[in-house]
Amino acid sequence: MGGINNRTLLIAAIMIGLGLIFTVKLFILQVHDPTYKFSAVSNTRRQVTQYPSRGLVYDRNGKLLVSNQAVYDVMVVPRDIVPFDSIDFCESLDLSIEQLRERFVQMRKDIRSRKISTYKPSVFLKQLSAEQYGEFQEKLYKFKGFFVQGRTLRKYEYPSAAHVLGYVGEISEGQLKKDAYYSQGDYVGISGIEQTYEQELRGKKGVKYMLVDVHGREKGAFRGGEHDTAAIAGKNITLSLDIELQQYGELLMQNKIGSIVAVEPSSGEILALVSAPNYDPSLLIGRDRSKNFPVLLTDSLKPLLNRAIQSAYPPGSTFKTINALIGLQEGTLKPYTTHECFMGYFARGLSVGCHLHDSPLNLAQSIQCSCNAYYCYELRNILDNPKYENIQESFNVWKDYLVKLGFGYRLGSDFKNEVRGFVPNADYFDKVYKKSWSSLTVISLSIGQGELLTTPLQMANMGAMIANRGHFLTPHIIKDIEDGEIDDRFTEKHETGIDIQHFAPIVNGMEMAVWGGAGSTARIAQVPGISICGKTGTAQNPHGDDHSIFMAFAPKDNPKIAIAVYVENGGFGARWGAPIASLMVEKYLTDSISTPYRQWIEKRMLEGDLINAEQKLQ
Amino acid sequence: MPNRSYNKSIDWITVGLYSLLVIFGWLNIYAANFNPENPVFFDTSKEYFKQLVWIGFSLLFVGMILITDSKFYVEFAYIFYGFTILLLVVVLLFGKEINGAKSWFEIGPIRFQPAELSKVATNLAVARALSRYGFSFKKFTDLVKASAVVLFPMLLILLQNDTGSALVYFVFIIVFYREGLTGYILTFGLIAGIVTTLTLLIPNSTILGLIALSIIGILYFKGVRKDLFKAVLIGGAILGASYAVYEYTNSTIDLEYVLIPAILFVSIYLLSISISKRIHKFVPTYLLILWSAIILALSADYFFEDVLSHYQRTRINVLLGIEEDPLGAGYNVNQSKIAIGSGGLTGKGYLQGTQTKFNFVPEQSTDFIYCTVGEEWGFMGSTAVVLLFLALLLRLLYLSDKQHSTFSRVYGYGVAAIFFFHFAINIGMTIGLAPVIGIPLPFFSYGGSSLWGFTLLLFVFLKLDTNRNELIR
Repeated sequence: MGGINNRTLLIAAIMIGLGLIFTVKLFILQVHDPTYKFSAVSNTRRQVTQYPSRGLVYDRNGKLLVSNQAVYDVMVVPRDIVPFDSIDFCESLDLSIEQLRERFVQMRKDIRSRKISTYKPSVFLKQLSAEQYGEFQEKLYKFKGFFVQGRTLRKYEYPSAAHVLGYVGEISEGQLKKDAYYSQGDYVGISGIEQTYEQELRGKKGVKYMLVDVHGREKGAFRGGEHDTAAIAGKNITLSLDIELQQYGELLMQNKIGSIVAVEPSSGEILALVSAPNYDPSLLIGRDRSKNFPVLLTDSLKPLLNRAIQSAYPPGSTFKTINALIGLQEGTLKPYTTHECFMGYFARGLSVGCHLHDSPLNLAQSIQCSCNAYYCYELRNILDNPKYENIQESFNVWKDYLVKLGFGYRLGSDFKNEVRGFVPNADYFDKVYKKSWSSLTVISLSIGQGELLTTPLQMANMGAMIANRGHFLTPHIIKDIEDGEIDDRFTEKHETGIDIQHFAPIVNGMEMAVWGGAGSTARIAQVPGISICGKTGTAQNPHGDDHSIFMAFAPKDNPKIAIAVYVENGGFGARWGAPIASLMVEKYLTDSISTPYRQWIEKRMLEGDLINAEQKLQ
Repeated sequence: MPNRSYNKSIDWITVGLYSLLVIFGWLNIYAANFNPENPVFFDTSKEYFKQLVWIGFSLLFVGMILITDSKFYVEFAYIFYGFTILLLVVVLLFGKEINGAKSWFEIGPIRFQPAELSKVATNLAVARALSRYGFSFKKFTDLVKASAVVLFPMLLILLQNDTGSALVYFVFIIVFYREGLTGYILTFGLIAGIVTTLTLLIPNSTILGLIALSIIGILYFKGVRKDLFKAVLIGGAILGASYAVYEYTNSTIDLEYVLIPAILFVSIYLLSISISKRIHKFVPTYLLILWSAIILALSADYFFEDVLSHYQRTRINVLLGIEEDPLGAGYNVNQSKIAIGSGGLTGKGYLQGTQTKFNFVPEQSTDFIYCTVGEEWGFMGSTAVVLLFLALLLRLLYLSDKQHSTFSRVYGYGVAAIFFFHFAINIGMTIGLAPVIGIPLPFFSYGGSSLWGFTLLLFVFLKLDTNRNELIR
């Protein structure tokens, strides 16, 4: 080829060189390298998601609350299905032939609406038991196009604390769009701590590529598993909950409506959070959920409602402590201030009734006896303080105290569905009364009635704040996250703006309410050897009987527990609230109910039935 | 057609190769769209049916090309080029955007991509420019003119956001080389490629250091000793000082800029000595190479980060092994390799493929049609395609060298070079040797525009070839 130009030869050489490189690479790919070898008919690669096990949940004493159980989903690749023995199929899966037919109709519908793909695996049947799985796995070779994928469900060790723990369920369409981590059919925490700590609990999904043969049987890892990623298990978390106390609280609240919240004042840790009526969290696991959830949802007693954080009630007389603190801080009230009370407060055609007690009373005594008249004077002194130009200004000062004391806004606990309660401001009354209102107009606020709404959680926090003599830590249920830290907001001290010296008369009054002589409102709460301080409350309820309330902490010095009890339609605070709270305190601090008298109270509380009694009346 | 003595008949070998490629291509498009559950043939919405229509039109064009006088292509080269440039501008303004590239005209049911036509027009214009009497790559103005003819349409296509089609124009460097462009350019291109690749793999500062050290090494062995020693000593001191400043001020500039003052000093020092003392006359050349490499390394990063789009970056990263992503950017290639690999020695048999159906491999019948060949025809079939293309390319080179007129020769090289680029990149990407740049495999990939473009390109040359003994002016 002497006639050919040298440069042409070089160009030709480059072309031939590349042709050679291609041939060698093709040889490696197609003939030499076995990793790309598939048998001629139809070996395919299957992508199997590796679901991590969700993090475990422990209580404050290290008791396991929530663990995992293995279940198996039957998966299907629609285009791989060939006709099979449907009777055999149904028998091994405990299905009726109609159910199977129904599933196929649904599958075709899903394919048509492009919800699932014909050549990618999707769930055909959810959550087989271990035995079903064993039986089906053996016969799998007969059912081309089907295979089984393992995943885990929650397992609850106690039939308790459902509202705290929340539940796990299949992810919704909306959430799926928001977070790319999830795919159709994934499980995600929907309420309670399962929702709040989803990021920590869920772990990280892995993926495994399997080779499968004609019959859908797995033939080992694709390319030795080099593309596989392992699932990373979720982090374990420890709650501040004391499951023993929680269970006891749920027991005490049986056949009643209401809630108990117990908090450790020094840390803000929630020790118990009872909402009654409650339900067994196991009802909402896996396949059972679709059956049980509608029943719970339509129950007239609303067991799914977490009353401890989602219901707001008037605080009633427990709120007198707060008004007293504001008065002391404002200087309009002194510990030695006395007011007279003759069965009530009367002014300009308005009257607030009171019950029979000694008169006149000083501050501590007013709390001990829960005198209504005392607080009518007291609130009026705050609001009519000449220091402020008008009622609007003084009222907003009063409101600002409340906000700092933890009312009117969400406390920011780790429950996402917490409600904020209600504290009115001056604008609110300006609107209602067209700007013509006075301290007398809002007089019911003095005794915790009227436009005021607080959640049981806020009420327990109020107990903790008094126990701490002026500060609180945001109540929270998380105590520890494995290899992680709990949110800063839970360790931050909130000062309330009330000086520490103002707490002595309040605390003494609360102590006397339990331990004092005649006129003390909560003597039923006496626990031998424990200096409980408490305040009863009775919230007027326009829809029925009054709500029975008790807010307390113990012991008086160096308090270990603050508690709020709400029993709907329970009447006086001393009737249900005080005994239940005192039993909770006794149980928590001494682990048992000591004297025969206390055991009698316990028995009465356990037997008390406010739900069925009410129904009887109707 | 009168067959005069110096007129040759059409080159039947090339026509044969063309026919084989088109037929084999169509069979694979049919296979890629074949649905075993519903095997229909006469479905006008199916790609294989449409491709049959495009092939029919191609034959019509072939006939038209063959009855046109060869002189026409010479005369109308620039007009045709101008017309195509106009189309490229118009499509930029009024075109339809498909897959992010604004490069399509849509008239009723027909879609047409002017970039395909522009390859033919540019090749004609290059042939015309290079065949001008007295043209030489040694003349700077000629070099600029020839480059402009290529770069102009390339730039317009780049503006359409069709990077793949634009890159094709680089291949004219082969034509230029054949026509007398200095071989240094090719070497330089090769080095540029290596440096660019390296900048993506290792930190710039390391590359700069390596380049500087190798140049110093070369100069040392070239006999520059004493001056070099001094320069490096002072350069080292400067480097130390600038590094100290960099550390002390907690500067956030990239580390490679710390090296620049020292390299700059050494360069100026050596240059001044070389000029003033009139020794080591080769020094300026090496310094030029040094600085070109430095600028290239610095601009490659800019090009990579700011010019390429995210998906292109990821694809290159996956190819270079920086990113591992079998389900994301690497998905196409991974699936494609599995499909080809599953073919084995003899393939699964025609229409028996499983990996190349059901959209396991995206762009199945267009850019990734080669997978179907690999899966169903195995190693035998895929090498056969490689051999067919090689045969076509070599035949084109052979025919080009036989041309009496420069115009025909240059045009022939252009055809070979363009086919070569498509062949190299397309097959390269399906077997994981080249980045995924969406350009079709000539005669194989589904699509009217590309089939017509390639047919036009080839048969204009075959027409010119029938007059190979004449001087076409």
